[in-house]
Amino acid sequence: MRTERRKLLVGLSSLVGLAAIGAVGAATQPKEKVIKILARKFTYSPNHLDLKLGVPVILEFTTADVLMGFNAPDFQVRADIMPGKVEQVRLVPDKVGNFSFLCDIFCGSGHESMNGTITVSA
Amino acid sequence: MSQSIDRREFLKLAGLGGIVFASTLRSRIANAADAQAADDFYFVQLSDPHWGFQGPPNPDAKGTLKKAIAAVNGLSDQPDFIVFTGDLTHTTDDPKERRQRLAQFREIASELKVKDVRFMPGEHDASLDHGEAFQEFFGPTHYTFDHKGVHFIALDNVSDPRAMIGDEQLQWLSADLAKQRPDANIVILTHRPLFDLYPQWDWATRDGAKAIDLLMPHRNVTVFYGHIHQEHHKMTGHIAHHAAMGLMFPLPAPGSQPKRDPLPWDPEHPYRGLGFRDVDAEVKTSEFKLTEFPVKGA
Repeated sequence: MRTERRKLLVGLSSLVGLAAIGAVGAATQPKEKVIKILARKFTYSPNHLDLKLGVPVILEFTTADVLMGFNAPDFQVRADIMPGKVEQVRLVPDKVGNFSFLCDIFCGSGHESMNGTITVSA
Repeated sequence: MSQSIDRREFLKLAGLGGIVFASTLRSRIANAADAQAADDFYFVQLSDPHWGFQGPPNPDAKGTLKKAIAAVNGLSDQPDFIVFTGDLTHTTDDPKERRQRLAQFREIASELKVKDVRFMPGEHDASLDHGEAFQEFFGPTHYTFDHKGVHFIALDNVSDPRAMIGDEQLQWLSADLAKQRPDANIVILTHRPLFDLYPQWDWATRDGAKAIDLLMPHRNVTVFYGHIHQEHHKMTGHIAHHAAMGLMFPLPAPGSQPKRDPLPWDPEHPYRGLGFRDVDAEVKTSEFKLTEFPVKGA
């Protein structure tokens, strides 16, 4: 009986310990910032993003009209932005500077001017 | 004065002038038997006339294509055929206007003396309706033809607005290549670069690497394309890729400025950066020789 109680206590304390580790883990890993971007003919809003080196963000896209694309080639991040859907992609700014992004799905007469910039600072 | 001129005198007499750029890249004709069977020939590549464009980058938007066609017609030694590698028209959101522009372009192109003319779409012609209007005027958007020992393949990387060739067409390409010998002389005609030239400006084909992979087992492959409105030469392995100048407005060198806006018209040097090329397939020396012809006001 004593042996069984000891085992139970050990098991409980292990569970408590694991929970504590999980809580610490959650506390030290802040939730990633979500940046909402609306695509419409032929702009992104916003069309300029200020990011911090090494701080990942979630880009959350919607389109106000037709199928659009988002492509940031310098970060190997792209997305199809479909009408009626929310599309999320994670971007990790791993270099400092100014970088362009663009719509890479031909969407109309102003398609070629549909672009924006990402500024990553240290 | 005779309208017929020698190609060597072309620049001086046909309203085209300035500097001639010529580059030669070796591309062996398949083998000795083919070389004997094949004749030397040349074809002309015109690209990106963007018919319907209006704006400061070209004050002679309605005249530039006609000048180029008149110049080609002025050659005493006419090419075997002519290819247009896309963006025949400038894009419009109005399907009716798109067809009007395609019709006007076809009418102007019909003035070419050479009647063997091959057309390909660019994204301005085909991406908003998956090539529907283009096909009404010019037929299929991808096809093959053979000429004097050279196998030509026109690839469509624009009818899908995602700038993709697509699995179906890639399978078609694979099946066609399976019929060619490894040493066959193959020319690819397309609009966008098949390699990632500068994706930041949409100068790429999303699945272009798959096409290049299919072509790699073939030893003699040359690609002619448009889209970037400037001459550009690149090797991916043993495959040569040659971009042609456009016929409406030049674009900046890749990454040379923040945006890919057209280069401004220079009144001191009108038509600068516009032009076309001829491509000599020289069997005896086993070469494709490219000669670039800048457009100049008559």
